[in-house]
Amino acid sequence: MSIKIANISKFYKKVKALENISFEVKPGELFGLIGPDGAGKTTLFRILTTLLIPNEGIASVVGFDVVKDYKSIRNSVGYMPGRFSLYQDLTVEENLDFFATIFGTTVEENYDLIKDIYVQIEPFKNRRAGKLSGGMKQKLALCCALIHKPKVLFLDEPTTGVDPVSRKEFWEMLKRLQQKDITILVSTPYMDEAALCDRIALIQDGKILEIDTPKAIVKHYPKPIYNVSANNMYLLINCLNEFESNHSVYPFGEFVHYTDSRSDFNPTELETYLESKNLLNIKIEKTVATIEDTFMELAK
Amino acid sequence: MNTILFIIQKEFKQIFRNKGMLPIIFVMPLIQLIILSNAATFDVKNIKFGYVNHDHTSTSRALIEKFNASTYFNVLTNFPSEKLASQAMLNGEVDVVLEIPSYFERDFQKEKRSALGVTINAIDGAAAGIENVYVTQIIQSFNKDLKVNVSQYGQKQNQPIQITTIPSFWYNKTLNYKTFMVPGILVLLVTMITLFLSGMNIVREKEIGTLEQINVTPIKKSQFIIGKLFPFLVLGLAILSVGLLIAKLVFNVPMVGSLLLMYFYTSIYILVVLGIGLFISNYTDTQQQAMFIAWFFMVIFILMSGLFTPIESMPKWAQTITDFNPIKYFVEVLRMVMLKGSGFVDILPQLLKTLVFAIIMNGLAVWSYKKTN
Repeated sequence: MSIKIANISKFYKKVKALENISFEVKPGELFGLIGPDGAGKTTLFRILTTLLIPNEGIASVVGFDVVKDYKSIRNSVGYMPGRFSLYQDLTVEENLDFFATIFGTTVEENYDLIKDIYVQIEPFKNRRAGKLSGGMKQKLALCCALIHKPKVLFLDEPTTGVDPVSRKEFWEMLKRLQQKDITILVSTPYMDEAALCDRIALIQDGKILEIDTPKAIVKHYPKPIYNVSANNMYLLINCLNEFESNHSVYPFGEFVHYTDSRSDFNPTELETYLESKNLLNIKIEKTVATIEDTFMELAK
Repeated sequence: MNTILFIIQKEFKQIFRNKGMLPIIFVMPLIQLIILSNAATFDVKNIKFGYVNHDHTSTSRALIEKFNASTYFNVLTNFPSEKLASQAMLNGEVDVVLEIPSYFERDFQKEKRSALGVTINAIDGAAAGIENVYVTQIIQSFNKDLKVNVSQYGQKQNQPIQITTIPSFWYNKTLNYKTFMVPGILVLLVTMITLFLSGMNIVREKEIGTLEQINVTPIKKSQFIIGKLFPFLVLGLAILSVGLLIAKLVFNVPMVGSLLLMYFYTSIYILVVLGIGLFISNYTDTQQQAMFIAWFFMVIFILMSGLFTPIESMPKWAQTITDFNPIKYFVEVLRMVMLKGSGFVDILPQLLKTLVFAIIMNGLAVWSYKKTN
């Protein structure tokens, strides 16, 4: 196992940041930690990268205990914190050289690993890191985290604040890294990114809600979901909320995702109800659950 | 070793790229040295002097003339009454008021004695003391002249034997206060720059988040700290060099002692300051906090260093505290070596104490620096 976590808990005075977390990540896996802000994702990352000591439980990364063998872990993992944390006043090249040196290696030695990513920022290698765009900064940070050829890569919300195109590129890069036998643990608040992981753990309030492949997690959704749309979105949501047998009502893009509490629910019944509320162009059709729906259902 | 060199290189790059800091590091200390050394004087000059003359005789006028001739006093006003003089002192228009009573000349010639009233504004106690000495000196010398005049009519044998003292001021012959102040202010500058920069350096990495990235690397504590602090040692010595150059060229301060010894002592001293800076760094989360704590120590260290007020005149408990003030030793050593030409053996007590401080402070700093929290 690349990462083994058993019954990890962490408290900050009275606040429970993590409660009895256990899961395992297989070598070469791209594992996603999905959850809203404040769920405890960063705390878990900090424990696994030896920056925090857990109050309870044991965890190991590539076979090393996070408390006892922290020195060995630091040699074999790459960590990219959520906040850009390279030297803003050093250039792209200097940052890379610096991190290569403190890991006791050189840029040339592991160049093939970062080549794909580095060529994209190479035209700016003499620019100071602070002057790079958000996407470029992420690429540089990834290069610096990879420069010593880590066995496990920890990425804490790598795509937060990055434009959609760069986000897509970034995930393609992760997929390529995975093929080079690097285990990746990535956290994100974006549900659409979750579908790109091999397995995901849904986490909220320091507790794991569910761990499975993205496809399986969606299948766990217990009820049929309906896409409902009408001419007046605001009125539609209000009406659905007032509908007495509703189970959940979530706006989802141009539709509202609706589930009913009864198992013998008939959509035409809902349609007549909405018509009686003077809504026009009513459309109700069955749809498949997304990870977001699952998360909302589990978090209820 | 390679790692340390690389960190040092990185630190220097960052220092020289910080366009806002560079002038603060090099230009400000020099301006301070030039301005403070010229301004911070213990001489009391241009004393605003007023008098009330009730006597109106040649003797009383001669006495006032004596004050007028002195370079220390600016004879400003002749007040018609004591009341007006008091009012003027209340308004801050005069610092010293001399009151010459009626029949001053007559009493002096008849009874061989007479009284003078001197009022001194003592809001600044130190200045008042010095003003008192000046006034007394002038009156005494006037007294002597007068006695000679009075006793000219015969009885020369009755004249008292005068004892005169001729002081010779060693190590600073002309009592030039700049010679005394420049080394002191140089100490202040070296301390300030190295303490503030080192105190804020690691906190800055905490603030911008780079420390977190560094902490997950296999870099050793000692490598990181040495790499961080070495550039400031160099910077401190550079400031000392520029300061000494200005002391020599602008103020013509004598440099009797060995420069090498001065640099050697300063290096050890800077280690103490860097240790304090690092220690502050470890216990603060923002540069602002670090700055305020550094200021707190700076102010206490400076005021209790003997730089502006002599330690001998402090209360006993305060004198004990000054024994733990590294700035005190640095001021002593720099003055001793520069002005007296003291050698290695002479400064050994200070050197040993500073060395002990350096070991303690850096030990504490390294111990309190944690990569995990």
